[in-house]
Amino acid sequence: MTTTERPERSVPKPVFTDAEAGAREFPDSGASARRYNYFTPAKRKQTHYEDVTVEVQPDPRHYLTQGWIYGFADGEGGYPLHWTKLKAWGVDKPEPVRGVGTGGMSPDFTWPAHGWHEFRDPNEEWEQSLYRYNANVVRQLTQNVDNARHSKAFGQWTANWVRFVERNVGAWMHIEHILGLYVFAANERSAPTNMHNTALAANSTRKIRFAQDLALYNLTLTEEISGFDGSAHVEAWNADAEWQGARKMCEALTAVEDDWGEAVFAANVVFEPLVGELFRSNLVMQSAAGNGDFVTPTVMGAGEYDYAQRDLRWTTACFAPLTQDREFADHNKGLMQGWLSRWVAQALEAARQMQPLWSQPDAKPPRFEDSLDKAKNRFAGICRDLGLDTPEELKQ
Amino acid sequence: MAKAHQKIQELAWEPQYHEPYMKYGTDYTFRKAAKKDPLKQVLRSYFPMEEEKDHRVYGAQDGAIRGNMFRQVQERWLEWQKLFLSIIPLPEISAARSMPMLFNVVPNPELHNGQAIQMIDEVRHSTIQQNLKRLYMNNYIDPAGFNNSLRNFQSDYAGTIGRQFAEGFITGDAITAASIYLTIIAETAFTNTLFVAMPAEAAANGDYLLPTVFHSVQSDESRHISNGYATLLMALSDEDNRQLLERDLRYAWWNNHRVVDAAIGTFIEYGTKDRRKDRESYAEMWRRWIYDDYYRSYLVPLEKYGLTVPHDLVEESWKQIWEKGYVHEVAQFFATGWLANYWRIDGMTDEDFEWFEHKYPGWYDRYGKWWENYSRLATPNGHHAIVAEDVDYVYPHRCWTCMVPCLVREDMVMDQVDGQWRTYCHEMCRWTDTVAFRPTYEGRETPNMGRLIGHREWETLYHGWNWADVVKDMGFVRDDGRTMTAQPHLDLDPKKMWTLDHMRRMPPLQSPNVVLNEMSDAERQAFAADYVRQGPAGRPAPTDA
Repeated sequence: MTTTERPERSVPKPVFTDAEAGAREFPDSGASARRYNYFTPAKRKQTHYEDVTVEVQPDPRHYLTQGWIYGFADGEGGYPLHWTKLKAWGVDKPEPVRGVGTGGMSPDFTWPAHGWHEFRDPNEEWEQSLYRYNANVVRQLTQNVDNARHSKAFGQWTANWVRFVERNVGAWMHIEHILGLYVFAANERSAPTNMHNTALAANSTRKIRFAQDLALYNLTLTEEISGFDGSAHVEAWNADAEWQGARKMCEALTAVEDDWGEAVFAANVVFEPLVGELFRSNLVMQSAAGNGDFVTPTVMGAGEYDYAQRDLRWTTACFAPLTQDREFADHNKGLMQGWLSRWVAQALEAARQMQPLWSQPDAKPPRFEDSLDKAKNRFAGICRDLGLDTPEELKQ
Repeated sequence: MAKAHQKIQELAWEPQYHEPYMKYGTDYTFRKAAKKDPLKQVLRSYFPMEEEKDHRVYGAQDGAIRGNMFRQVQERWLEWQKLFLSIIPLPEISAARSMPMLFNVVPNPELHNGQAIQMIDEVRHSTIQQNLKRLYMNNYIDPAGFNNSLRNFQSDYAGTIGRQFAEGFITGDAITAASIYLTIIAETAFTNTLFVAMPAEAAANGDYLLPTVFHSVQSDESRHISNGYATLLMALSDEDNRQLLERDLRYAWWNNHRVVDAAIGTFIEYGTKDRRKDRESYAEMWRRWIYDDYYRSYLVPLEKYGLTVPHDLVEESWKQIWEKGYVHEVAQFFATGWLANYWRIDGMTDEDFEWFEHKYPGWYDRYGKWWENYSRLATPNGHHAIVAEDVDYVYPHRCWTCMVPCLVREDMVMDQVDGQWRTYCHEMCRWTDTVAFRPTYEGRETPNMGRLIGHREWETLYHGWNWADVVKDMGFVRDDGRTMTAQPHLDLDPKKMWTLDHMRRMPPLQSPNVVLNEMSDAERQAFAADYVRQGPAGRPAPTDA
């Protein structure tokens, strides 16, 4: 064996610099300097979520002394507060007017500015929580469906249930997709703080994932169940009378004009409990077992958990304080009550159009009226949590 | 996977009852565009993949702390991270916010999926970077500047230069902002230096967490680049778009060059202690990553679609870096203005001089003396900060567009716009403000094009103020209430650190733009004639004309 000379490799040399925390004492070397000091935590101790989220999106009412530097054609930049009609305390106070020699702020500027910045997502969504949660969901779903496939569980389904799932469970994927992309993601540019817009992004993500979960479940069923029509959901979505009310409202939610607050409120406070949970929990999940299906509820249940435990949770934390706002409680309540009136009527019309679905499975779910009552009660509870009155329209 | 991707295309939606509200506009049209989604990604595989990437990142972070990485990091390097990591989470989150602007204007439901995944990626990037900064704050010797970074960068001039990298993504014409500026130029071209070249330099300075985080970030970029390319091809299908595409490529290229090369060039060349002669300089990196990898491999081939590529600007950018010392001028200016910052800037040593001379022949003649003065004036000893001392340096005017000062003095141009005299660092920046960002372009209505707004020269706000009050007002003061966060050296001995008392003795700050607008026409003409004869290295114009 011979050895050959290789030219000396060029590599940076390690140098011990002793640049560790605590190596020296000087102003700002203490433990108290090792925290982000530009925001007030919601609770006693600032959270990891707050550290990675708060103030990333600037605000001229806070530290943005030079103001936004790029604007739209009308000269407006950043995240204008009037992109919703809702108001949080401090909104109507004038922005600091800065100019030659004014310094960063006007002298009467009070910290920490206005109420929008008080919102914290109780789900504490950031990179780690978002990926961990959704990765766990898709892993669990994949295992459930794989297990069902291996145990030939789909063979136990009644013929009617197969038709029900291919058309109706299939149709629901479109709603999740539209809400995910064209309501939650579409409004993710619009809210005034990073905490709001990040919560919207996370909500959108769950919806898009759930839509795809349903689509891929549909694909599995096409491969596993002889005669399962994997394209029937498109026909049902486009033409079945039962779905046209829900579709109409779902599309209306994408058409809310220039008010991210109304779009999110109408989707998560009104549509979801009165139409979403009505279908997912009170029909599909109640019917499946009786029709030999223990798999679909696990797929639907993941989406149901998304809404009940995460989407609704942040929505309540976002809107409830606005009805108690120190300056604008009455304004916000009046506005939200108006939204309730407008959207509840549409939601109930959509729900009633879905009524024939309750008759389709062989093993019947609870009566439609009982299911709807349950959904209405749930909705009334949400209104109470938000500090709002149950709207008259709910009696329809 | 192909079947899964095909399946989720069934989710595409054609409205029957209500059309979505179009909040954002574009002057581009997509009447003839073929619809194609280049991104084969479904969330069922996406989430576990990203989670696994996270495990690796956070595992490395745990390892770095256990292995006492901070015993080996170069303070010269970590101090510049106070600027970089205060800026970069905002462009990332702004990229997330820009994606919905495209849903509204790009009529391709298949592409919307890719944009939505990019949206989530960008949330990931923003928060993973905030978290890295948090780790530095907790473990690096000097947390000042990290701990108040999101307050600081919003009022700091260097932070504001970087901020346009974010605001350019989220305002104005949706295609200009979210597609051409963000994905076609910023992500496809300049993330190579941001997220690949810079982390390599971090590793050479003992910091392997920046590469860990940013390579993880960069691994998402290829999907974003696909989004941009798909949109670009759609736009090219319509002849009416060509004029706008060429305008936007010129604006976006030049702005990215001005902003990214200024910042990243400075970090890599002046933030490193690695002076091996065979390590690449920023100019060499730029040639490899931007010129060869992007310009020749990506941009030039677009000519086959009949697009006029801004060859002249690519060559001019290279000329700025290689011949006109753009990066060196910027680094020198950052060091001149150390007192208005929130990080410490180390001076250059003989070893640094030798490396610069090797990589950039003639460097010492231009910049060497000034850096010797910088070191001479680094610790307070009865003199002022270097900005107020006579070191043959004329304080520069700021470019109204890119907000980097007009440092290559010969290129400075002036214009009176909207009733105000403005200085620009280059004709291209004047063009951006006065021609591109306007409601008409070459006689064509461009009602969706954005505007340059805001107080674009920071000194305006502090015109006539005492420097001590300026620093205090901006919040760049340590927890004893008097020692400055910024220092022109790395010595943490409190006796050698500058305080507000030292600032108090200095003459008041003057806003160059305010002064410019107070001049008579004749004075202004004389000023301009003198300015373009100044330099290099900020030297006054020669008196023997």
